[in-house]
Amino acid sequence: MSHCSLFGRALGLAILLASAASTGSAFAAGASETPSGAQGPHALAIDIPARQVWSFAGPFGKYDPAQLQRGLKVYREVCSNCHSLKMVAFRDLMSPDGPNLTEAEARAIAEAYKIKDGPNDAGEMFERPGRLSDYFPWAFPNEQTARAAFGAVPPDMSLLAKARTYERGFPLFLLDPFIQYQERGVDYIYALLTGYTNDKDPNWDEYFPGHKIAMPNPLSDGAVDYADGAPKTVQQYAKDISAFLMWAAEPKLVERKRIGFRVLVYLAVFAALLYLVKRKIWARLHNGASEAHRAQPPA
Amino acid sequence: MSGHPTYVPKSAAARWLESRLPILGLLHSSFVVFPNPRNLNYWWTFGGILSFMLAAQIVTGVVLAMHYTPDARLAFASIEHIMRDVNYGWLFRYMHANGASMFFLALYIHMFRGLYYGSYKAPREVLWLLGVVIFLLSIATAFLGYVLPWGQMSFWGATVITSLFSAIPFVGDYVTTWLWGGYAVDSATLNRFFALHYLLPFMIAGVVVLHIWALHVPGSNNPAGIEPKSGKDTLPFHPYFTVKDGFALACFLIFYGWFVFYVPNYLGDADNYIEANPLQTPVHIVPEWYYLPFYAILRSIPSKIGGAAAMFSAVLIIAFLPWLDTSRVKSAAYRPLYRIFFWIFVACALLLGYVGSQPPEGGYVLAARLLTIYYFVHFLVILPLLGLIERPQPLPATIADSVLGPQAQVLPAKATQMPGQ
Repeated sequence: MSHCSLFGRALGLAILLASAASTGSAFAAGASETPSGAQGPHALAIDIPARQVWSFAGPFGKYDPAQLQRGLKVYREVCSNCHSLKMVAFRDLMSPDGPNLTEAEARAIAEAYKIKDGPNDAGEMFERPGRLSDYFPWAFPNEQTARAAFGAVPPDMSLLAKARTYERGFPLFLLDPFIQYQERGVDYIYALLTGYTNDKDPNWDEYFPGHKIAMPNPLSDGAVDYADGAPKTVQQYAKDISAFLMWAAEPKLVERKRIGFRVLVYLAVFAALLYLVKRKIWARLHNGASEAHRAQPPA
Repeated sequence: MSGHPTYVPKSAAARWLESRLPILGLLHSSFVVFPNPRNLNYWWTFGGILSFMLAAQIVTGVVLAMHYTPDARLAFASIEHIMRDVNYGWLFRYMHANGASMFFLALYIHMFRGLYYGSYKAPREVLWLLGVVIFLLSIATAFLGYVLPWGQMSFWGATVITSLFSAIPFVGDYVTTWLWGGYAVDSATLNRFFALHYLLPFMIAGVVVLHIWALHVPGSNNPAGIEPKSGKDTLPFHPYFTVKDGFALACFLIFYGWFVFYVPNYLGDADNYIEANPLQTPVHIVPEWYYLPFYAILRSIPSKIGGAAAMFSAVLIIAFLPWLDTSRVKSAAYRPLYRIFFWIFVACALLLGYVGSQPPEGGYVLAARLLTIYYFVHFLVILPLLGLIERPQPLPATIADSVLGPQAQVLPAKATQMPGQ
């Protein structure tokens, strides 16, 4: 019958998919898709990003303020030369679930930026130091300037950690919701930033679909000075900026998981009580004639 | 089967109201004393779960609408405003976005339960048809809602689906322009989609009332697929089914909460966190998971109008089930052949969904075509033939017999089986 051969086909496909993956990481095995889906027979094989350890993963995950502060430094000194972060305000840096800066620290960062404001009473636009309520300004006045400089517009970074991903493939994708794997975006960004492995070509990346990426290798060892003694390596920078981008994209993650645990415990207790009540009510039916039986004349 | 009007108002206020509008009596006979078959299993709890999810979607949606801006230049930013600045905005948005998926999950379970136990057969055809109307309205509502965040997948999904109407001969282009309110998916489209997305759930709620009305005329079908013959076969809705539905709902909410709080973006598409850009087409345009089987059918036919016709037929054919299934036995529990074909059909639908999520190339094209053919063969060939050639197993005499065993009439004190398990 046609459905039998179909089943066989599908099974064969799944096995093919699984065996096509060529990576040592047990978690990454099973996907043969490229990170964001470059397709066709000519697409070059792309390595699967490896899963990293993140402080914000799992049901009790929290951001590490020191790491976010380092990531913020990497953003300000490296990424912000090209990338905007237009949805993050300076006040957000004070979030206790986030970078946890003091008001004075956040204000100092804001004041380091010039914000275009106006028009004033004379009808003139003017520049003033940033305030806590301002958002991170972009280094370029508009997209056209950036496009003229780079040939492409560097994407805004506010949501990047949620806007990037890679294919997990069958059957791992079915498992992911239950093992709470929600860090595909940061794993991809980390892999991308550490994937410039071709010394001759700064625009060649191991993990980018098609390998040719418009952004040349942005990080190098020692490029950013860390005050807290963390290693000044590309790996550490990549890790910190990825974590910072996750926070930028999902600033309510810690609150979400905190509330979520309470809600689920409440629901679990509630469900257990309902189950006991249900058993008790339905048990009446076993203890001789039920109400319904009694309502009936004997057959 | 409607319950007898046994409601006696207890308070003076209730007596006053009841003599002017007998709504308390209606609720009493519908949801308190209403007789339900005693053998309903947990697959019958998804109707209640769906009612809850519809209400939850309306409540969270109304709150979101207070903070959302249906303008192509502002929509994406207004969603992020909800996520970042509105008090518990992230919670409302994640509940609403995942709630849509949970609604469809419950809806599909509810429908497959109907398929397995033959709930569409006489005298429940109208009940089934109203359910199909709810399904159609839900598909439309979820599609419109997915456009509102104005991400890349919102925009390109809307473009792909609305462009299907351009396949209509002669007037297709006019229809598409009329739908868009312009010459491309843009602010005018977004604005009307928002208006319709707010409207349709209330239409769904109205049809749900009709659906429950139509349910309460013949009463619920049940796992045995035979009609109740006496009071022994039924139990009052309250407390037996209120508590059972409540327990199932609580379990469902745990599952729903898991997604909302721990993996809120798992069911979404990463591309939808990139603002809509009419000049840049995503590498893959993939709809939400609940459309994937129909999307696979759409793509499996190498012609625009043919694909669109196949997709709409795949949805609408469900409405003809009561007349395509020729077997007089309702429940698959007593239909040995149908039972097998039911599960093959489930596998076919799941595989169609998987194929729909993959790029239309290589083996997936052939798989999609074969599965599409099987999908229609199931309805148009297998179901009509099965009823003619299948020899059903003997049915129990009564529902009570099916749960308690025939000896229960002699020994009512010793039930052999836990009812409803």
